Amino acid sequence: MGLLSKKDAKLITDPLSDDNPITIQVLGICSALAITAELEASIVMAVSVMFVLGVGNVVISLMRNIIPSKIRIIVQLIVVATLVIIVDLVLKAFAYELSKTLSVFVGLIITNCIIMGRFEAFALANGPWRSFLDGIGNSLGYGLILILVGFFRELLGSGTLLGYKVLGDPIELTGLYAFGYENNGFMLLSPMALIIVGLIIWVQRSRNTSLIEDE
Amino acid sequence: MEQLELFFKSIFIDNMVFATFLGMCSYLAVSKKVKTAVGLGAAVIFVLAVTVPLNWLLDQYILRDGALVWLGPEYAQYDLSFLSFILFIATIATMVQLVEIVVEKFSPSLYNSLGIFLPLIAVNCAILGGSLFMQSREIETLGLALNYGISSGIGWFLAILAIAAIREKIRYSNVPGPLRGLGITFIITGLMAIGFMSFGGMLTTSGENEEATSETTVSKAEGINKEKIESTQIVEVSTIK
Repeated sequence: MGLLSKKDAKLITDPLSDDNPITIQVLGICSALAITAELEASIVMAVSVMFVLGVGNVVISLMRNIIPSKIRIIVQLIVVATLVIIVDLVLKAFAYELSKTLSVFVGLIITNCIIMGRFEAFALANGPWRSFLDGIGNSLGYGLILILVGFFRELLGSGTLLGYKVLGDPIELTGLYAFGYENNGFMLLSPMALIIVGLIIWVQRSRNTSLIEDE
Repeated sequence: MEQLELFFKSIFIDNMVFATFLGMCSYLAVSKKVKTAVGLGAAVIFVLAVTVPLNWLLDQYILRDGALVWLGPEYAQYDLSFLSFILFIATIATMVQLVEIVVEKFSPSLYNSLGIFLPLIAVNCAILGGSLFMQSREIETLGLALNYGISSGIGWFLAILAIAAIREKIRYSNVPGPLRGLGITFIITGLMAIGFMSFGGMLTTSGENEEATSETTVSKAEGINKEKIESTQIVEVSTIK
């Protein structure tokens, strides 16, 4: 990457694997789990968080020297809430059906711990450009897990991806269904999201054993 | 009757953690010991009981479409509901600060036990989620809103208490290395959520859409059977050992 120095590039690549916000830092789980029954909803959520975190990190980083530390939580909440209102109104205007599916979880981006966590840990101590990269990197890491979970849940649960029937038609019995394959409706229920994230953590930590917790 | 139904519904069926995954961050982070889990759980019940009715009043008299009509008929056309996020979160943040100050003044012992958790709660999604669900489910009276706040707090409390107790015990078992800690907690929570789904059939008799609920109970019953099979497998494994 010619545009970014090595240190800056690390800000983007680290959260994708070894410092992933969901599986390592344990931030932002709530929304990650509730809306991942469909791939499309996962992608929209990931993009929304990327917008809020990227812009929010820059704003907080620009204001970091004038925010009194006692009321910083409220200032941060106001910044996030404003950005989330923008996202919510845009979704309602251009993707109304989707915003119904996401329901309150768009609003819950405000209290998504990733956002507050990155504000506190990074944007308050670094300049705007680095904060922006950090925001993009972390939301990419978050989006990666979201999209993985959404991919498996939609594929195994309803046999579709983004609404396209990739495994054939269950009623006309084409594709895989001709061989007696059936959708696993259980994947669409919310507990499966937790179990899939658990399995992702398992895979990730067995590939990189330095991440294993010793309790 | 309505009160009682809402009470049990928000504790068991719409449990904050197991049905809607709210407050997962602190649920996972603070559930290593039962004692701290109880502290945080109590604080969540407390804050939800204060903020949900307050936000209900805000929603009813300021934010809703035409809610400003009490100021005069010319205000009837205003719909401020797009401001609800910012107003709700501001209420929550200030209430948490206020509760902290009041508790510190009048009950230092309670303050010491809740102490560190209170400021954490302002950014707990269970609290904002409680208010947003209260708004989207269109809860009708102030009493019901108070009830909803308290009972969903109790549901959250139950969940964190249960997972903390399990995590204290699981330390003695031989979990595969990569799953240790976070991974196994996720999977246990998933199994607990499947267990909580069995409460889904509890209040169906008074529901209007019985056909829809019977369908979901069938799919839930499948889930329960699976869990039973799994738990019997676990028992078998442990007896073999």
